[in-house]
Amino acid sequence: MTTKLFGARIRRSEDPRLVTGNGRYLDDLGHDAYEVAFVRSPHAHARILDIDVSEGVEVDGLVAIYTYQDLDGRMGEPLPLLIPHPTLTHGRTQHALARDEVNYVGEAVVMVVAVDRYVAEDVVGRVRVDYEPLPAVVGIDAARAAADLVHPDVPGNAAAVMVQESGDAEAAIDAAPHVLELDLSIERSASMPMEGKGVLARWDSDDESLLVHTSTQTSTSVRQAVAAKLGLPVDRVEVVTPDVGGGFGVKIVHPWPEEVLVPWAAVRLGHPVKWTEDRREHFVSSAHERAQQHHVRVGYDDEGRLHGLSVRFWHDNGAYTPYGLIVPIITSTQLLGPYKPGAYRVEFTSLYTNTVIVTPYRGAGRPQGCFVMERTMDAIADALGLDRAEVRLRNFIRPDEMPYDHGLIFQDGRPLVYDSGDFPASLDKLTKLVGWDDFEAYRAQARSEGRRVGIGLACYVEGTGVGPYEGGHVRVETDGTVVVSTGLTTQGQGHQTMLAQIVADELGVPFDRIRVTTGDTRRFKYAVGTFASRTAVMSGSAVALTARKVREKALRIAAQALEASVDDLDIVDGHVEVKGSPGATIDLGAVAVLSNPLRYAFDEAAARATQFATPADPDTPPVAPGEAPGLEGTDFYSPPRSTFANGMHAVVVETDPDTADIKILRYCVVHDCGTIINPMIVEGQVHGGVAQGVGGALYERMEYGPDGQLLNASFMDFLMPYASEVPEIEIDHLETPSPLNPLGVKGAGEAGVIPGSAAIASAIEDAEGIPIRSMPISPSELFDLRSRRSV
Amino acid sequence: MHVTMTVNGNEVTADVEPRLLLVHFVRDHLGLTGTHWGCDTSQCGTCVLWLDGRPVKSCTVLAVMADGHEVRTVEGLEVDGRLDPVQQGFMEEHGLQCGFCTPGMMMTARWLLDHQPDPDEATIREAISGQLCRCTGYENIVRAVRWAARHPGEPTTAQDASQEVQA
Ligand code: FES
Ligand code: FES
Repeated sequence: MTTKLFGARIRRSEDPRLVTGNGRYLDDLGHDAYEVAFVRSPHAHARILDIDVSEGVEVDGLVAIYTYQDLDGRMGEPLPLLIPHPTLTHGRTQHALARDEVNYVGEAVVMVVAVDRYVAEDVVGRVRVDYEPLPAVVGIDAARAAADLVHPDVPGNAAAVMVQESGDAEAAIDAAPHVLELDLSIERSASMPMEGKGVLARWDSDDESLLVHTSTQTSTSVRQAVAAKLGLPVDRVEVVTPDVGGGFGVKIVHPWPEEVLVPWAAVRLGHPVKWTEDRREHFVSSAHERAQQHHVRVGYDDEGRLHGLSVRFWHDNGAYTPYGLIVPIITSTQLLGPYKPGAYRVEFTSLYTNTVIVTPYRGAGRPQGCFVMERTMDAIADALGLDRAEVRLRNFIRPDEMPYDHGLIFQDGRPLVYDSGDFPASLDKLTKLVGWDDFEAYRAQARSEGRRVGIGLACYVEGTGVGPYEGGHVRVETDGTVVVSTGLTTQGQGHQTMLAQIVADELGVPFDRIRVTTGDTRRFKYAVGTFASRTAVMSGSAVALTARKVREKALRIAAQALEASVDDLDIVDGHVEVKGSPGATIDLGAVAVLSNPLRYAFDEAAARATQFATPADPDTPPVAPGEAPGLEGTDFYSPPRSTFANGMHAVVVETDPDTADIKILRYCVVHDCGTIINPMIVEGQVHGGVAQGVGGALYERMEYGPDGQLLNASFMDFLMPYASEVPEIEIDHLETPSPLNPLGVKGAGEAGVIPGSAAIASAIEDAEGIPIRSMPISPSELFDLRSRRSV
Repeated sequence: MHVTMTVNGNEVTADVEPRLLLVHFVRDHLGLTGTHWGCDTSQCGTCVLWLDGRPVKSCTVLAVMADGHEVRTVEGLEVDGRLDPVQQGFMEEHGLQCGFCTPGMMMTARWLLDHQPDPDEATIREAISGQLCRCTGYENIVRAVRWAARHPGEPTTAQDASQEVQA
C-alpha cells in the first residue's frame, strides 16, 4: 500500500462542494414544490372546540387546508412509539395533526399547502381555532406534584418508573463511615442545528412511487414509517437524505408529524410538496433535552472510596414519549462514569409536562449523569479535605479490571460492560496538560492581582457504537472508481471522508477514486441511523469488512488473469500487482470488467469481457458457482454490545469579584476514542461538543412561563455561544483500542459535550467556595448565590 | 415591483412582491442556494452576503431595497474556477462540518481580510461574532481565516485542494 490513510489528517472530500455554495440542503431542493405552513397551538394544554378555515380559503394561491378530520387510514392514528420498553407503562404519542386536544405550545393543528411559503403563512394567519384552555403542567416540580395531569389517564404524570440495582446500595451506604446527600438539577437545552428540519415529497403517479427527501438522521426508518402511515408498499417509497445542516440528536426522532404529512399531501395532490421548518417552529415543535432533578445519597470511607451510591431522579419527558426512555436510561447507567460505585441503586421517574418533547440531544442524558457523579466526587473531596483528582483516581476502574461489568443493563438492552480504557493514564495526561499541580501558585498570583480564579475537572465514559448493526456496499466500477454506500446518514461529521479513508487502505485504491454515499435508501436499504456516536464503529467496521471481501474477489479474478497465485498478489494504488515482478499488473477497473462476463460490448471496456474476446474454459460456467457478476460486495457489522469511549476535561475559570461574570480561561481535553481514523475530524468533533457544553453550562436554557409559553423561542433570547464565548480548546489523545470491532475504534461524536457542565461547575465552585448544585449558571445567579452566602 | 441589481457581476431584473426578503430572492428566484437562512430574528448570520461591498444579513433586507445595488454571494467567491483563499482556508483547517454556516462565515471573512489583511485571533472572533456555528466550536473557523491571511495569493481549484494530504 502506498500511503496509509487510516490515522491521517486528510482534508474532507465533502468540502469542495460546500465551500462553493454547491451544497444541497433540503430547502435548496424542490423549487417546483408547493409549500407548507402550519397552524400551531398557542396553548400549552387545551381542548380544540372548533376550527374555522373560511377566511383562509379566500387567499389567492392556496392549494389545500387539512385538519385531523382529513387524515385517512393509519394517518389518523397516533404516531409510533419508536422505542417501547416494558417499564414504559404509560407511553403516549401525538397525532400528526392534533385531534381534540393539544399538549404543548407548538403542536401542529392545521396544515396549509400553498404555492409558496409566504402565501401559506397568509392563510395560517386567517385560520381561526377555538380552544378551551386546560391547566398546564410545566416543570418537574409541577409534574411531580401532579395537581394537574397532562394526560388524564396517566396518574401522577408518570410515564415510567424504573429501578436498577447492583448490590444493596442502601445497606452499603448506611454501613459506610461517611454519608453525603446532594440535590442537583440541570435545565433544558436543545440540539439547535443551524438548519431546521425539512421534508420534500414527490409522488410519481405513473410509477406509483414516492420519493422523499428529508433532513433526518435515519432515512431507512423514515422510509418504513412513511410507507406504513400512507399504506404504501415499502418498495414504492424511497427516502434520501440531502446535505443536512447539523442534527445533534433532534433529527433522529421520526417520523415527525411533518415527515408523514408532507408525503401524504404530495400523494393526495399529485404534486411535489415541501415544508421547511423556521426557527420559531424548531424551538416550539421539535425537541429539547437535559431537564432533570437528582437526589444523591452516597456512602464512602476516609480515603474517599465509594461504598454505595443511591440516586433518585426525575426526568422531564415533555408532552409525549415517542423516543421511549432512552435518555433517562442512559443517564441512569452512564452516571457511573469511570468509577466503581460500590453497590449502586438508581430509580427514575419519567414525567409528562405540557412542553415540547424531550429526546436525545448530543450527549443524550450523559451530561446530566456526569454532572451528578462529578459533583458528588467534588463534594466527597471537599468533605474529606482531599485533592479532587486524587479522590477520582482512588475510585477509578483500573485497566487490569477491563472488561468491567457493572451488573446493569444499558440502553441497547445489553449488559453495561466497559471494554477498554486506561483512566489513570488519561487523568495523568489531563493533570499534566492543565497544570493541575501548579494551580495553587497561579491562584495565589491571580489573587495578588485582585483576580479570582478556579480550576475544575470532570470525567466521563460514553457507550458508543450502539447496535444492532450497520452495513456497507462497495463496488469497483469498470473505470476503477470505487463506489461505497452505507445506510446511515451524515450531518457534517465528515463520514464520506472517514469511510473513504478506510476503504482506500483496505482495498488499496487512491482516496480520490472513492465516492461515498450515505443515507440514500435507493442505494442501501438496511440501516439503523446516526446517533450514539456510532458511525465510525458501525459503518466504519461494515465498510472495512465489505472492502476486505471485495479485495479477496479482486485477487481471485486477478490471479487468473495474471496467472499467479493469490498469495503473491497485492493491490497498490488501484492496481493488482504480482509482488516482486514489476510489469505483471492489472488495474482494478480491468478486474471489474473481467468480473462481469458479457454478451454485449456497450463500450470499449465491456468489449474485453464479451464471449469471443477471451478464450475461456468451455466446461466451466462463465460465472463460477458461488460467485456473482460484478466486483462488489455487501457486508454487515453487528457488535455484541457497545464499545465505551472516555474522556476527561479540565477547566480554568475566572469570576469577576464585582459583576460575577464568568470567563473560561483554559479548556483542556483528554480524549480516548480508541484508534483514530482522522485526527482532524475527531478534534473538530471535540471542539463542537465543547462549544455545546459551554453553552449548556453558562448560557442555554429553555425559559418556560408557568402557562407553558416558551418565553425565549428565538436566537435573540435563547443564547447560544458565538465565537466570542467559546474558548480555545487544548486537546490530548489517549488511544486504547476497542477489542470489540475490527478497527479498534470507539465513537467520538458526542464526547466533547458530556462533561462541560460538570467541569465548569467544578471550576466555579473552586473559584468561589460556594457549592454549585444546578446548571446552567448565569452571572446573576452566581451573584445571588454570593449574596445568599454573605447574609 | 420591478427590481434590477447586479449579482456576482451579472445584471438581473425581476418582478417581486414588495415583502420578499433578499435571501429568498437570491435563493428562490435566482437559484443561488449557497446563501442559507437559519433564523427569523437576524441572529444567525447563515444568510450573510455582500450588498455594495459590505456583508449584510440578507434576511433583514427586502429584495426591493437591493434595487440598483450590487450583491455578491458565496457563488461569487470563486473567480474563473480559482477558489478564494478563504474557501481554501476553510478546507485546509477543517473550518466547516455541516457547512450550513460556512457561506455566511466566508463572506464576512473575505470582507475582513480585504480591510485588514492580517487580523489576529481576537479580531477574527469579533468579526464573526454575529454569526452562529453549531458544529465547529469556531476554533477551526478562526484558523481557516488565519490560513487565508497567510496565503493571500495562492488560490487553487476545489479539486486540487481536496486531494492533498496534510502532514
Ligand atoms: S437567517 Fe438568521 S440572520 Fe439571517
Ligand atoms: S459547520 Fe455546521 S453550523 Fe457551522
